[in-house]
Amino acid sequence: MNWNSLLLMRFELGLLILFLAVLIFEIFTGKKQKGKLVSFAIILFAIHTAVGFFPLEEGRLFGGMFRTNTLLYFFKNVLNVGVLIVLLQSADWLKEKVVAQHKGTEFILLLLSSLLGMYFMISSGDFLMFYLGLELATLPVAALVAYETSKRISAEAGVKYILSSALASGTALFGISLLYATTGTIYFDVVASVLTVSNLSVLGFILFFSGLAFKISLAPFHFWTADVYEGAPINVASYLSVISKGAAVLILVILLFTVLKPLFLFWNKIIYIVAIATMTIGNLFALRQQNMKRFLAFSSVAQAGFILLGMLSVDQLGLATVLFFVTVYIFSNLGAFGVVQAISSAADKENIDDYEGLYRTNPKLSLLLMLALFSLAGIPPLAGFFGKFFLYLAAASKGYYVLVFIGVVNATISLYYYLIVVRAMFLRKNPDAIPYFSSKLFMKLGLVLSAIGILVAGLYSPLYEYVYAISTTFLN
Amino acid sequence: MIEGISIYEILSLSSILFFIGIYGFFTRENLIMVLMSIELILNAAAVNFVVINTYLYPDFLQGAIFSIFIIALAAAETALAIAIIINLYKLVTSVEVKDTEVMKY
Repeated sequence: MNWNSLLLMRFELGLLILFLAVLIFEIFTGKKQKGKLVSFAIILFAIHTAVGFFPLEEGRLFGGMFRTNTLLYFFKNVLNVGVLIVLLQSADWLKEKVVAQHKGTEFILLLLSSLLGMYFMISSGDFLMFYLGLELATLPVAALVAYETSKRISAEAGVKYILSSALASGTALFGISLLYATTGTIYFDVVASVLTVSNLSVLGFILFFSGLAFKISLAPFHFWTADVYEGAPINVASYLSVISKGAAVLILVILLFTVLKPLFLFWNKIIYIVAIATMTIGNLFALRQQNMKRFLAFSSVAQAGFILLGMLSVDQLGLATVLFFVTVYIFSNLGAFGVVQAISSAADKENIDDYEGLYRTNPKLSLLLMLALFSLAGIPPLAGFFGKFFLYLAAASKGYYVLVFIGVVNATISLYYYLIVVRAMFLRKNPDAIPYFSSKLFMKLGLVLSAIGILVAGLYSPLYEYVYAISTTFLN
Repeated sequence: MIEGISIYEILSLSSILFFIGIYGFFTRENLIMVLMSIELILNAAAVNFVVINTYLYPDFLQGAIFSIFIIALAAAETALAIAIIINLYKLVTSVEVKDTEVMKY
């Protein structure tokens, strides 16, 4: 190993340097200039994101504990862009509320350390690295959820999140220990070649899967989702539903397709049942929500169910569709959460009823929210349509026609509740509608970026072709 | 390896610990007790790793090293959970589950 090979960890090292820079900036600025810290961190992170697009070599480090390849670089870039949008959307909130309490730096550092955990989690080459990355990705977010220490609801959400995620990681660990018992190793490559179907390995898989299912909020492990999203600050909820879920989905699909592939004939049944349960339960609960955050929480549960459809096809198509859908989902959900955040910080309203007549007062915001919700619902020609279409295609290519049918029915149901919000904004008249307001620069930038993301992912077909081309990586 | 004790006894012990933890997590009314249940689960996993390493695969130390990391991360997790619970206690002066819940379906 020489120094050059450390360059394979460019993303991680870059983030660490950013860390130190933010900390040093914090030390050397006076009390009145703390507001600049947020802008400084965002600009640095934007540079970090831009640097990420330069090509890198593939390879392994630390005896195979850390591995990187084109697919992981692509996904780390997607995560970077997502976190950049989250940071942009939360800049005003940070400057107005958090920096005044001298907690601005901690917020940014916790967010970035969670991102670092996700980098390590998706690049992990053995279960130890995976576990460390998972915890590093989870624990800072728990602190962020409980960040508004004076709000009771935020503290309650924090308790719920830390306890349920600790239970999830404990369960996953016990599962890993059983897989270790059957294979005698914790390295992914070796596990994949030794693993066979036995009672012990199946039990280990079930426990491990349920631990990860907590993170992705699949039914029946989704109960924390709505409460945590409602209690957490909106940008943290958006981070949880987008970045955290996206990274967990990617590592789950990689593990299922490589390490746990010998158990395929077993896990395809579990995925089948869980997919149906998650889509249906998420949809049915989303129908009756009044609060936008809870509504988006259940909608994200339902979307997680759709993602599972792609995992049933263990080949290039399956991996590509999951990856593409997650990318699309990240932008769509960020758009929706961004609008909710903008309205909440300007008018302090979060209910669907409050959105009535929004089109007459804030047409641009309503258009973006409509775009995001249509993309989540899967209306052509937006990105979400192609994402869902490819997922159906992947499931149908392996003959799961019933599942595809249930998926289509669920997509129709979901259209209903997405349209409720759109109807409230466009068709209802309301004399007390939220008055016109203009967001600040960073917020506008965040919203525009997510809108561009939705449109580009839907209309620019080379993106899917690129994703399809790089999806061969893990399957050899 | 312990003389006279086979792997079955120790694995039974860790499995019982694990399920006591799961049971406790869902039935305890006090947040601190819930946290203790989670500790039981994590410790069960740590014991499992060490035992499987010593009895089945003594050539490498993967399991033993894994268990050290589990202990460290369990401490971090507990510290954070306690901090959040203390913050909640300041706001509602109770750590009973029934007093702390306002958000429900």
